[in-house]
Amino acid sequence: MEHYLSLFVKSIFPENLALAFFLGMCTFLALSKNVKTAFSLGIAVALIQGITVPVNNLIFRYLLQPGALAWAGESLSEQDLSFVGLISYIAVIAAMVQILEMALDRFFPALYNTLGIFLPLITVNCAILGGTLLMVERNLSFADSIVFGWGSGIGWGMAIVVLAGIREKLKYSDVPAGLRGLGITFITVGLMALAFQSFSGIKL
Amino acid sequence: MAEPTAKQVLVDPLVNNNPITLQILGLCSSLAVTTNMQTAVVMSIAVTAVTACSSAAIAAIRNFIPSSIRIIVQMTVIATMVIVVDQILQAYAFALSQKLSVFVGLIITNCIVMGRAEAFAMKTGPWLSFLDGIGNGLGYSIILLLVGFVRELSGSGKLFGVTILKPVTEGGWYVTNGMMLISPSAFFLIGAIVWAVRTWKPEQIEKE
Repeated sequence: MEHYLSLFVKSIFPENLALAFFLGMCTFLALSKNVKTAFSLGIAVALIQGITVPVNNLIFRYLLQPGALAWAGESLSEQDLSFVGLISYIAVIAAMVQILEMALDRFFPALYNTLGIFLPLITVNCAILGGTLLMVERNLSFADSIVFGWGSGIGWGMAIVVLAGIREKLKYSDVPAGLRGLGITFITVGLMALAFQSFSGIKL
Repeated sequence: MAEPTAKQVLVDPLVNNNPITLQILGLCSSLAVTTNMQTAVVMSIAVTAVTACSSAAIAAIRNFIPSSIRIIVQMTVIATMVIVVDQILQAYAFALSQKLSVFVGLIITNCIVMGRAEAFAMKTGPWLSFLDGIGNGLGYSIILLLVGFVRELSGSGKLFGVTILKPVTEGGWYVTNGMMLISPSAFFLIGAIVWAVRTWKPEQIEKE
């Protein structure tokens, strides 16, 4: 249990996808102008991340990794399909986003309307694919991958909400002309990343 | 809109319409690879190659792609290109591909590739799209190399792994700046670059 708790906290704070690994930066900077949209986007990312990482874990474990096809017959036990990994993960992500979109539309129309355009955009959010690739690289078990998926998704969502909060306040400050908009946002994110670094000493 | 000339397509993205400082594209996968020049150079070449080839390929088949499934078609083309790059790196530069770890795969979701495919290659012929891909790849590379240069030189006193400023730890005089080796420094540097570019080209300043 402690192992999972530590993995969860680690994936939210010291290994935050947005601030420590630079993942999902485009959306992170483009859609953090106000807290409300940032919050919806954060929820959407956490949902998709929590679903796709475990699913891709199963795909990697039982279809792609060297010798993974052993269950399908003796002759296949030598196969190594890991080179088609990228294309299968992205297909899974695209499919999951599509399914989630349809499910939300059918069962939770209110949430669906808030998320709106952000759902399809998540397909090309590097945080999602990055989460999957990190999971494969670290060779996490299925249970670990569930914890890691949710943790990293929530961490990303939290980071964007915090950034949006700061940017809302920044509107009232007098920024040098050349730094206005994008420039000052970069510097803000840098300071946030520095703050998040201080969590890296935590051992649970 | 008039058909842009080849030169325009190639030169515009370098400063005037730089993918990173103006279009906010393609930050995602690659800032973490700028701690030293070597990985930055490899990443630049990889992204430029993928952008150019996938733009050209998508432009070549653009009239056959139904618009309802275009995203997935583009994704497939891009993912194929990235797999090729990844396999080449693993075959010829294994140590380097280990260092780049997940970031080669993440070129797939690099918004520059997708963004150029969607915004340019779907409307223009293969040759111009190829040049556009090269131009945008180079615009991206400039920023990446600049950041990589500053980070490696001030962070560890080296360039391409060769010691330029001898650090104190090895008996030299240069006190290394450890902050340059951790992620936040990349944000500060890009913020500064954005500032510099916009002071030079005031028309890029955002309206309030």
